[in-house]
Amino acid sequence: MSLTKLDPARMRLHNRRKVVNAIALTLSLAAMAFGLFWLAWILFETLRLGVGGLAVSVFTEMTPPPNAESGGLANAIFGSLTMVGLATALGTPIGILAGVYLAEYGQRTWLGRITQFINDILLSAPSIVIGLFIYATVVARFKTFSGAAGVLALALIVIPVVIRTTEGMLVLIPNSLREAAYALGTPKWKVIWSITLKAARAGVVTGVLLALARIAGETAPLLFTALNNQFWSADLGQPMASLPVTIFKYAMSPYDNWRDLAWAGVFIITLGVLALNILARVLFRTRK
Amino acid sequence: MSTTFESPIAERAKLAVRDLNFHYGKFQALKNINLDVPERKVTAFIGPSGCGKSTLLRVFNRMFELYPEQRASGTVSLDGEDILSTRLDVSLIRAKIGMVFQKPTPFPMSIYDNIAFGVRLFEALPRVEMDERVEWALKKAALWNEVKDKLQQSGASLSGGQQQRLCIARGIAIKPEVLLLDEPCSALDPISTGKIEELIHELKSDYTVVIVTHNMQQAARCSDYTAYMYLGDLVEFGATSDLFMKPRKKDTEDYITGRFG
Repeated sequence: MSLTKLDPARMRLHNRRKVVNAIALTLSLAAMAFGLFWLAWILFETLRLGVGGLAVSVFTEMTPPPNAESGGLANAIFGSLTMVGLATALGTPIGILAGVYLAEYGQRTWLGRITQFINDILLSAPSIVIGLFIYATVVARFKTFSGAAGVLALALIVIPVVIRTTEGMLVLIPNSLREAAYALGTPKWKVIWSITLKAARAGVVTGVLLALARIAGETAPLLFTALNNQFWSADLGQPMASLPVTIFKYAMSPYDNWRDLAWAGVFIITLGVLALNILARVLFRTRK
Repeated sequence: MSTTFESPIAERAKLAVRDLNFHYGKFQALKNINLDVPERKVTAFIGPSGCGKSTLLRVFNRMFELYPEQRASGTVSLDGEDILSTRLDVSLIRAKIGMVFQKPTPFPMSIYDNIAFGVRLFEALPRVEMDERVEWALKKAALWNEVKDKLQQSGASLSGGQQQRLCIARGIAIKPEVLLLDEPCSALDPISTGKIEELIHELKSDYTVVIVTHNMQQAARCSDYTAYMYLGDLVEFGATSDLFMKPRKKDTEDYITGRFG
């Protein structure tokens, strides 16, 4: 019997499988196209509207008053970089250490389970709640909005993300690798530091970058904490400008120069997050 | 405290197992095992899946302790000292009793560092001596010629058989006295298997080797003593030639002739 002529019953089943396969593939492709369509549109609009407002002055001049001739986002960009940077620097070690605890020490212990549960709640907590919490505990106590309060709020968003990804990545490391390290007489801290964390490095760094990308665009937690600042300020004890809050304030204003700057800000954030993602991918491709 | 037990080995016992019982939770995986592992010989554990041979091996370096539901009772003496005693530092025991696993497990680092990692735990060698040690271990494991020009490449870049020899090199680089091999060839092709069997043969001049294997021909080829286990019992233990040519027990004979298992 030739290959093309199976017996009729098997042929019927075979043909039905082919039809089902074609339908599934079409649906998947359609879903992908639908998603990509909106993503491409968002990127295109950001680019179109953002490039218009983009000029050297955006990076050199302070946020202007309404209808001013010139002005930029220098203080907002600096504020965002400072707060996002410090929040990541503060949240990453805490998140990684807690993630290590959950994956390597706390498995099947009550403390581990409770921490996991609380972390899940924190992970899905709306960022406005975190902003209000810092407002109540820090801003209200020191009676001033401040960059430091903004850093704390953003760090509280970073920590659960990093904990979750670190734990998730470490749990994926096969136990056989840990056993192999223990079999040489390696102490536990060194197994974690030199073997499991190293094996999970790509995933852990990706988690940090994800967290970074998320807080780069967070507005709500900054509204109640760092507030905003018309002027250049590197003082963490004072209110601090940031890109998202400036965008929020400018985009809805009736002033043309503010709206142009808002789009420039959106463009900068989008590009920054995109660059971070690409950087992460490139870094890990060369490592392998 | 030791039970009277007639050891079939002619050599000095490197490891002496007495009245060993082992539980995974409520399930008893080893039942009252008594066994002497001869020094500088190759001892093979054979038996069908689930007979407890790997479990027994994992008691020898206390690997089971990583899992809280696993418990061992009885004694396992290394040169007369009970390694199951909690007073002993488990890291030191594992430095003396090395282990190679079924699946190759290269560490996420270079080939060189894969070997040097374990050495650095216990010895602060100057660079030159470390280089020599790495070369020595890789030569012993019959891998040197294949990797000498790419020591800085990732260990994961090697083929499966090379990775397994890398793991063996890593195990012997720390110069243990006993080497435990848990089905080291089950994931390998016949050529790599042959290389590893040659290696095992060579290793026994310096080390006491214990190998768990599913492959009876392998046990017959490369071991001096063989233990046949079944359902957590040590059924028969003796010189490999005796056990394969004239087994004392019917169960053993059925297993090695393929009538069962």
